[in-house]
Amino acid sequence: MTAPVLQAEGLVKAWGGVRAVDGVSFALAPGEMLALIGPNGAGKSTLFNLLNGQVRADAGRVRLGGVDVTGLPPRKLWRRGVGRTFQITATFASLSVAENVRLALLSHHRRVFSFIRPSGDLFAGEAQALLDRVGMAAQAARTCGVLAYGDLKRVELAMALANRPRLLLMDEPTAGMAPESRLALMAQTAAIARAENIAVLFTEHDMDVVFGHAARVMVLDRGRLIAEGAPEAVRADPRVRESYLGKQG
Amino acid sequence: MLDWQGLVVQGLNGLASASSLFLVAAGLTVIFGVSRIVNFAHGSLYMLGAFLAWTLTAHGPFAELGGFLGFWGAILSAALIVAALGALVEMTVLRRLYHAPELFQLLATFALVLIVQDVALLLWGPDDKFGPRAPLLRGATVIFGARFPLYELFLIAVGPVVLGLLWLLLHRSRFGILLRAATHDREMVAALGVDQKLLFTGVFALGAGLAGLGGALQIPREAVTLHMDMAVIVEAFVVVVIGGLGSLGGAALAALIIGELHAFGILVFPRITLVLVFLVMAVVLVLRPQGLLGRGAETAPVAAPAPPLPGSLPPALRWAAIAAVAVLVAVAPFLGDYPLILLADFAVLVLFAASLHLIMGPGGMASFGHAAYFGAGAYAAALLFKHLAAPMEVGLIAAPFAAGLVGLLFGWFCVRLSGVYAAMLTLAFAQIAWSVSFQWVEVTGGDNGILGVWPSDWARGRLVFFYLSLALSAAGVVVLRRIIHAPFGLALRAQRDSPLRAEAIGLDGFFLRWIAFAVSAALAGLAGALFAYGKGSVFPSFLGIPRSVDGLLMVLLGGVQTLTGPIVGAIAYAGLQEQLARATDYWRLVLGLVILALVLFFPRGLAGAFARRAA
Amino acid sequence: MLAVDDLQAHYGRAHILHGVSLGVAAGEVACLLGRNGAGKSTTMKAIMRLLPPTGGSVRFEGQDLAGLAPHDVARLGLGYVPEERRIFPELTVAENLEVGRRPPRPGQAPWTAERLYALFPSLGAMKKRPGGRMSGGEQQMLAIARTLMGNPRLLLLDEPSEGLAPVVVDRLAEALLGLKSEGLAILLSEQNPGFAASIADHAWLLETGHIRHHGPMAAVMADAGLRARYLSV
Repeated sequence: MTAPVLQAEGLVKAWGGVRAVDGVSFALAPGEMLALIGPNGAGKSTLFNLLNGQVRADAGRVRLGGVDVTGLPPRKLWRRGVGRTFQITATFASLSVAENVRLALLSHHRRVFSFIRPSGDLFAGEAQALLDRVGMAAQAARTCGVLAYGDLKRVELAMALANRPRLLLMDEPTAGMAPESRLALMAQTAAIARAENIAVLFTEHDMDVVFGHAARVMVLDRGRLIAEGAPEAVRADPRVRESYLGKQG
Repeated sequence: MLDWQGLVVQGLNGLASASSLFLVAAGLTVIFGVSRIVNFAHGSLYMLGAFLAWTLTAHGPFAELGGFLGFWGAILSAALIVAALGALVEMTVLRRLYHAPELFQLLATFALVLIVQDVALLLWGPDDKFGPRAPLLRGATVIFGARFPLYELFLIAVGPVVLGLLWLLLHRSRFGILLRAATHDREMVAALGVDQKLLFTGVFALGAGLAGLGGALQIPREAVTLHMDMAVIVEAFVVVVIGGLGSLGGAALAALIIGELHAFGILVFPRITLVLVFLVMAVVLVLRPQGLLGRGAETAPVAAPAPPLPGSLPPALRWAAIAAVAVLVAVAPFLGDYPLILLADFAVLVLFAASLHLIMGPGGMASFGHAAYFGAGAYAAALLFKHLAAPMEVGLIAAPFAAGLVGLLFGWFCVRLSGVYAAMLTLAFAQIAWSVSFQWVEVTGGDNGILGVWPSDWARGRLVFFYLSLALSAAGVVVLRRIIHAPFGLALRAQRDSPLRAEAIGLDGFFLRWIAFAVSAALAGLAGALFAYGKGSVFPSFLGIPRSVDGLLMVLLGGVQTLTGPIVGAIAYAGLQEQLARATDYWRLVLGLVILALVLFFPRGLAGAFARRAA
Repeated sequence: MLAVDDLQAHYGRAHILHGVSLGVAAGEVACLLGRNGAGKSTTMKAIMRLLPPTGGSVRFEGQDLAGLAPHDVARLGLGYVPEERRIFPELTVAENLEVGRRPPRPGQAPWTAERLYALFPSLGAMKKRPGGRMSGGEQQMLAIARTLMGNPRLLLLDEPSEGLAPVVVDRLAEALLGLKSEGLAILLSEQNPGFAASIADHAWLLETGHIRHHGPMAAVMADAGLRARYLSV
């Protein structure tokens, strides 16, 4: 058994007295696709932000490849091989698609602090190859500000891949997309993750996406993990049903 | 050394000025709370209040009435007229800008400053006005053996009384309750069926009325002048920023601190009271960015304004620019001294504006104090000349380094804040720099400046100096252009577009902005040094607010989307100012109207308008 | 009374509602059921025009709401209680109610603070308490009471039971049944059908911005397959 890529140990985060995340522990193996689901207010966003460095935990540790990375800001997690996508896409709207990806490459190769040489031809080929993989090569010259939403999600994926990540964190990867393109994007992501042995942790509302692509599912309710396991087992778990449908249901 | 009686009197003096300051700051902060607009023109409303009160006590029905009723009738009427003006301005101008970027709102209110300046000049003339003394409050009382004017005592009472009345208004009236609700969550107030237009107009009337009252109450104690507006607005900014924007209690507390700081600062450090005030502000902002009683950013960051489109210069415009420079170089030998001086100034201003553009455009920050670095370069050159007899060549090399160091120092504080707060902090640091140049007479010569800072012999001719200015300015612009298109510039634009995404791909936004700030300061310093050699002297006005605002206007007029913007803007602005100053005494009025028109009708700037037409 | 037809909405570029159609008749309680992220809150905001729809139409008592500002929609008689409650934290309970106060509507007994304190006794006991220092349940009551002060003819209630303890949810259901018996129409959104079952007459099932099913509430509750498909995992 290989060492886990990501380990959470007893993570706790309270907002004004309310424990949004209350002692969460889990591990993610290389190349594994793990979905995090739960009803509204379960603490998914908070847990996700504890893992990606945007929020500091009150207690508990996060390990990346066995190394303690608790409390590191997102940019330092990137340096340690984490790529991510956002629930509401975050790209550089005034830059072209190619520039967005080239910048991620420049950052990955530590070539940002260069002041005189034009950036135009740096990593152009590598950027094009990445865009090709996510199916955005044809739109490389377009400005991100004018792209369709689903295409922005692809650009985000390409930027995350520019880091040659071992871990991909995807917050609601298909939110806001047309239903038909949701499954296509996740299938693409799954294929790349398999090919490169990238571990993927994602939150998702669309159960077709979750059960179509996750190898394992974790269910969060009121800050605690109430179920974890293979998709069908989780689906059959009475506690999970109750958290979604209420007692009467 | 003063005895304790003297200290008490000094403390009371501080209270009296705190009171006036509170009136102005309270209006500013109430307006900001609801509308999220920082009203640059608030000092102008204060000045109008003073002028109107002066007129009403001297002419018209109140003057005929005379006595107690006449005086106070005039004061209150002045405040009411200003309140009505505030409502009018909200309805005609500001209402159209609530969804515009912050900078454009500031720019619009600054245009109002210019307009009011000249309207006041038109109506009341350039001479200082002295108002009557207040009936029944003419004399002085003896406090601990020292005489203390009754009117000052009265003013001390006005602050708490107005604070109390405002409290009652905000807690006991429906209007006040709606104001407080809107300060917290405008959208929810609308969802409950409240038409916000009335609220906004009302709050502007209220805030303007307070400023007008503050101004009107000054006429028995100080001359009414055309300089009151800028003096009071800077202090009011400091007060609301220290107290916390939007917090009435904070404004009261901060007014008290600033009033007393002035009163006692004069006793202890007569030279550096201003530095003291701004240092307090800087410390507060760094330790508690939301101000002493401010609530901080509890609301989630609102969706960023539509990102500027990446503009590459239309080829036609680029060739036109190159041709224009070529024509200038060719024609220069046939021009007289005056046009050459003017053109050299233009070259300097272009570099100044282009340097500011780096942080405003690609950097996404606003600097309201860029003159600090312009001045730092100028003073570096002048001081090297004065103390070490350094020639121009040394000065031109040293100036950008000196200004860049100042930029590193100030920038370290400024770039960690954003929006209105960053703008205010840059302004504060510029005022610190200004105070040093103004008050540290032994080194800087104070108001007299440093004279005789001439170019080296070979560059002393007007033609050669113009070529030198043009060459250095062009070189600076080219360097800026390279930086913007280099990986660093790409990363700088990226952190502006999406701080979240930039951080997620390993970019350190703070560091990027900090370095950009220093680079920008260094090039502004080069412009400042050139300006100093062109004029043969340096003065504190080199780093005054007006120059900072000049820079801001040049960039915004031109549009922040492209580097061409500030260049076009600098030439247009300087040219307009020059032409207007020659054609009319009321150039500020025309300039203000032009800016207002541009903000309302061409929100993307001049170059942006051209680019759109070309597209 | 309320007729929503082919409603489309975007957040920025994200397409959230893909043609939502639903209706609420006078005096009835309808429920919008769906998982989180299905578009329930977006539907509510789009009806109120807090998020201007990008397509489709909303008619209230025959009037097309297109082009109206949110305060105009509220004045027509649509009362909105947001999911996050959005209580003004520095205003007292009484002041929060005052913000919501609108003139009475003809043919409708006007709501007053006193009547609302009777409906929600816990609010009456804390008139002077700042909204920021109330429990979640109290805030939910206050949010509903504040909107009722506008004398709405139809109440949009976005996930009122979220995050509340079961006993508080029961009290809330009681209060809503009281409002229903007075003839107030309600459009409720919920992801947990248990709470809605006791109040709603019929339900619309929403998934990823599409209405997937419409029927009587009792029928939805009786169909385990339907609930598993659209509400559970």
